[in-house]
Amino acid sequence: MTRTPATPHAAGTSEAAGRAKTPTAARITALRAPGGLSVRCDARAALVCAALLAAALAVSVVLIGTGDFRIAPADVLRTLTGHGTAAQEFVVRDLRLPRVAVALLAGAALGTAGAAFQSVARNPLGSPDVIGFGQGSAAGALVVIVLLKGDANEVAAGSVAGGLLTGLAVYLLAWKRGVHGYRLVLVGIGASAVLSAVNSYLLVKADFVDAARSVVWLTGSLDGRDWDQVWPLLGACAVLVPLLLWQGPALRLTEMGDDTARGLGVRVERVRLTAVLAAVLLTASATAAAGPVAFVALTAPQLARRLTRSPGAGLLPSALMGATLLVTADLAAQRAFGSGQVPVGVATGVLGGGYLLWLLVAERRAGRI
Amino acid sequence: MTRDNDKSTHRPEQPATRQRLVAESVTLAYDRRTVAEDLSVDIPDQSFTVIVGPNACGKSTLLRALSRLLKPQQGRVLLDGQAIGSLPARTVARTLGLLPQSSVAPDGITVAGLVARGRYPHQGLLRQWSAEDERIVDESMSATGVQALADRPVDELSGGQRQRVWIAMALAQQTPLLLLDEPTTYLDIQHQIDVLDLCAELHEQRGRTLVAVLHDLNQAARYATHLIAMRDGRIEAQGPPAEILTADLVERVFGVPCRIIDDPESGTPLVIPAARRAADTPAGDPATAATAAAARPADSPAP
Repeated sequence: MTRTPATPHAAGTSEAAGRAKTPTAARITALRAPGGLSVRCDARAALVCAALLAAALAVSVVLIGTGDFRIAPADVLRTLTGHGTAAQEFVVRDLRLPRVAVALLAGAALGTAGAAFQSVARNPLGSPDVIGFGQGSAAGALVVIVLLKGDANEVAAGSVAGGLLTGLAVYLLAWKRGVHGYRLVLVGIGASAVLSAVNSYLLVKADFVDAARSVVWLTGSLDGRDWDQVWPLLGACAVLVPLLLWQGPALRLTEMGDDTARGLGVRVERVRLTAVLAAVLLTASATAAAGPVAFVALTAPQLARRLTRSPGAGLLPSALMGATLLVTADLAAQRAFGSGQVPVGVATGVLGGGYLLWLLVAERRAGRI
Repeated sequence: MTRDNDKSTHRPEQPATRQRLVAESVTLAYDRRTVAEDLSVDIPDQSFTVIVGPNACGKSTLLRALSRLLKPQQGRVLLDGQAIGSLPARTVARTLGLLPQSSVAPDGITVAGLVARGRYPHQGLLRQWSAEDERIVDESMSATGVQALADRPVDELSGGQRQRVWIAMALAQQTPLLLLDEPTTYLDIQHQIDVLDLCAELHEQRGRTLVAVLHDLNQAARYATHLIAMRDGRIEAQGPPAEILTADLVERVFGVPCRIIDDPESGTPLVIPAARRAADTPAGDPATAATAAAARPADSPAP
């Protein structure tokens, strides 16, 4: 394989030749092999992805070593490769690794889902936590906690069901000869308001123990996660993230308007429905494992987009950014607040809320809202 | 519905008389509002076909049906002899390109980035950006004169430049057929002519079949090789502008009395609408009033 920075064929082919020796399409580079194989490769995006992956893994190692039983990063690595002491093995393998795995996977799931939703809504506000899916998952979980007195697994199932139902309802209500950006966002905000009223009602109805359990769940916490939470989330990510990546290029084209995308051979409604379904499932799985962690889905795609300087939120950079954000927030939540740990949702809420305000101001300045 | 030449590519499986893009007695409707019934159109191969007609006559609707954006309720649209709705979306997109009335350029996308998106129907998982893609994107940008803008963000361009970029994207699709829905709307006269000259060039030099919806009858007459005049969802006349464009047709289609003269520039028909206000406007600006007074018989009382 050779790397070919696009050659300026352009010179001499047009009247523009004199003034512009434009290496035009050179902005897009690709890895090419004989036999017509070519893979697009955006150097900046690749670099950003590599850096984010490295950051996520580095923070994870520190995070594994953090807690009452401190372990130095070098020891964490030694333990992970199977050379630690028995105590370290137990703490790392059974207590902390699942927690970090949930954080990484939930972050990646939320980041990908956020990017997909923002693409469908053609709007940075069209992310699952703004348009009601987080509230829907919460309502599902609260119903199980308060009304059905279910155990942890049943709560997780309830949250997936709640997220899916909300997603379906919002999609159908927003449907009018296809789903369009602002309608999806507005219907979602409406659904979110109704569901948060339902959630408040359930909390008021609940007895003290259930209410306390509900509030902890609602904040979004990674405490006490074990491998039982990791496997279903890993399964969902393993199927849905590649599915979304595969649909990514077509999804991008739908941002230019349905007619234009159809003209280019995109089956718009099918692509959009696939993207929404996959994103709802990812959000619901992440919420079931970690609770409704606020704002990761909203911020990760936009931060990734600014880093890659691409026109739109790339799915893979968003996934990696989401994972990095969530482990970093968890580390901050454990370290920054003194001895008393706070749930990770508090940290992401503070960071993400500030970002949302900034976004609203920026969007307003740009005249989009 | 005649062939205007025999240069079309050889397709043994097709009956020799069939054009590549045909609508067969289609009924077109949005929800329950029927726009056209039992409409049949053949788009002559290698023509620059322009569809004209008053507002809401169904011209854009017909173009939407021809470009498979609107599914006919009855009848069918045939592309190379096959129902367009039954063909795979990408196959159609490699044959028929489309410039819709409105498209949204994603925030911050560059001209080259946007034009490159036109290659989508030719790409796949293992063929994401070939040397050919690159060459065609460069060619499309130089054909539309936007190459110097390649690295500029599309949102910084003027309306005329932007329209050229969208046309470049449609060109990068490399389709033998190209459909344009009101490509000159919102452009000033200079950019209108720019865009139409570009279309004529594509048609003449690259042998593409172009179908455009235009509002300006005189521009249509000047640029089209085949004109389709519609009213109330029906085709009133079609053929070369010089043959079909008569004062009678313009009055029938647009309800405007007029004279037709030869365009001194191009020799094509030029429609001069009758000066209605001069004949029957009682008041108005001084010039009109003066004309009206001059036309009034001498013995009638002044207003």
